[in-house]
Amino acid sequence: MSRRFGPAAVHVILIAYSLIALMPILLVVMNSFKARKAIFGAPLALPSSETFSLIGYSKVLGNSNVGMFFFNSVSVTLISMASVLLFGAMAAWALAEYRFKGSTLLALFLSIGIMVPIRLGSISILHTMVSLDLINTRLALILVYTAQGLPMAIFILSEFISQIPKDLRDAARCDGVPEIAIFFQVIAPLLRPAIATVAVFTVVPIWNDLWFPLLLAPGKETQTITLGIQQFIGQYVTDWNSVLAALSVAILPVIAIYLIFSRQLIGGLTAGAVK
Amino acid sequence: MARLNLDQVSKSFGTAEILKAVSLSIEDGEFVVLVGPSGCGKSTLLRLIAGLDPMTSGTLQIGDRVVNDLAPAERKIAMVFQSYALYPHRNVRDNMTFGLKFSGMKKDEIDRRVAEATRMLQLGELLERKPRDLSGGQRQRVAIGRAIVREPDVFLFDEPLSNLDAALRVSTRVEIARLHAMLRATMIYVTHDQTEAMTLADRIVVMNKGRIEQVGAPLDLYFTPANLFVAGFIGSPGMNLFSAHLTQAAETLTATTGFGYALPVKGATLASAASVTIGIRPEHVLFGETPYQAFSARVDLVERLGEISYLYCATVNGTPLIAEWRGRHTPSVGDTVKLSADPGTIHMFGADGTRVPDAVR
Repeated sequence: MSRRFGPAAVHVILIAYSLIALMPILLVVMNSFKARKAIFGAPLALPSSETFSLIGYSKVLGNSNVGMFFFNSVSVTLISMASVLLFGAMAAWALAEYRFKGSTLLALFLSIGIMVPIRLGSISILHTMVSLDLINTRLALILVYTAQGLPMAIFILSEFISQIPKDLRDAARCDGVPEIAIFFQVIAPLLRPAIATVAVFTVVPIWNDLWFPLLLAPGKETQTITLGIQQFIGQYVTDWNSVLAALSVAILPVIAIYLIFSRQLIGGLTAGAVK
Repeated sequence: MARLNLDQVSKSFGTAEILKAVSLSIEDGEFVVLVGPSGCGKSTLLRLIAGLDPMTSGTLQIGDRVVNDLAPAERKIAMVFQSYALYPHRNVRDNMTFGLKFSGMKKDEIDRRVAEATRMLQLGELLERKPRDLSGGQRQRVAIGRAIVREPDVFLFDEPLSNLDAALRVSTRVEIARLHAMLRATMIYVTHDQTEAMTLADRIVVMNKGRIEQVGAPLDLYFTPANLFVAGFIGSPGMNLFSAHLTQAAETLTATTGFGYALPVKGATLASAASVTIGIRPEHVLFGETPYQAFSARVDLVERLGEISYLYCATVNGTPLIAEWRGRHTPSVGDTVKLSADPGTIHMFGADGTRVPDAVR
């Protein structure tokens, strides 16, 4: 590709794509710093000294509910991420390392989860949560998100695990290292890039999700930030300052997580591609 | 330290039989090398001994214990891998102590063992370094150190030198030999390199297609190979093998090759009209006038190594052979040379490929 079009053409395409992808976010952030009139008057203009306003932020940050929504989002996302990574890595190791009855079938079953969106099961999930009395709890979301993230996590991590030389675990076994320690102390440290990759892929959809919070945890106490923001959108009047400010704030944690994992992530995405 | 006994050990992967009823006894303190072409089952055998793979049938004894169902660590073995298999995120010291920590060993005992291994392998300056900062030879020394600190009954080496460059391979080989002399431990060593096998082994086990072809001291294998496979495998370049048929004339039995090389033979097991194989090592080929039966061949290629050169020749009917030439003035390509061999150095194998002792007169 790069040989046919030349590096310049490739860059043009990439830059254009970046612009298209970043434009909406830029608009959101830009307009969140403007007064309501300016948002409607000139939505594409940068905030100037006349139009600059922090009214949205002061409303959002002053609203005690927003803090709670944030806390809900962060706790649900982090616990889900941790469970996906822990159970995903353990399951990937088990499937890659141990041959047991039905292991192929189990791997196949898990890969179905990649192909079939979990939302298709919304009604039965709702049923289950109702009968477990988990409606309006953060646990309901954590359980669903863990289930949602696991198939992809297992898929990616199994690939990485299969690249780890088999001699390493053989050596550990000869050394008398217990199986559980082989996983946690020999294999897991080598999976860091893969885990970072999976972490980012897991976190973004969970953080942005509106569907399941709406379905399973719409109560005032358990709303996540994406759901909470909806309260600024009314049928007749929408508080655009607050919506845009809340959205801008909500982007920050994802960016933070990406920055934390990005160095590992790039190693993770390219690992195996070279060599 | 322990004896090791394999009795009718078999291993199959699905329908593929990798090891076929292998039986072998290894004495306490012996250095045994398993050699064979790739796919012969030598590494599989080592992994069975280590307990990394279960055997399909048979019994394995280490010391006076049957260890069939024991985990690797309980067998009191230690293994050194071709890929070193060091824990990449641990430094040299932790690589050596990692396994010991799980055995509930006291810290001062661990320290004593590490200190001893460090001294033996001169790892002193490397203790705090990570494997990625070490050269191949150093890594392999650490891997050996990790085996030593376990103070195992049996050391297992799986092609430990194959990833090293030629010079390092020689020095590490010497180091392993010295280690064996120092520790007097039972060692089992897998390689496909016959130089390693010949130089290190007390006894060599030659394997082929899941079977043991011959077990013996290095020079026994070289001078009296039990069959055609061992004859062809041990020695480099390999032994020249010529098929011949036997004819009886009066009292004399004669083996004649397709290119007219006729050798008077004896041997109760040899019968007239049987086909046999005559083997002559390149280094035993003689040139020019000798008191022995001779044949002629044309030189096709000369490989000059310095002190010796290898002449790749073809006999009158095109049978290829290799002859070793000592000295400087080698025949040139296209020359016809007169070749012969001392009957004492000629090997003979029967129709089934097994050695016929003292057949050539």
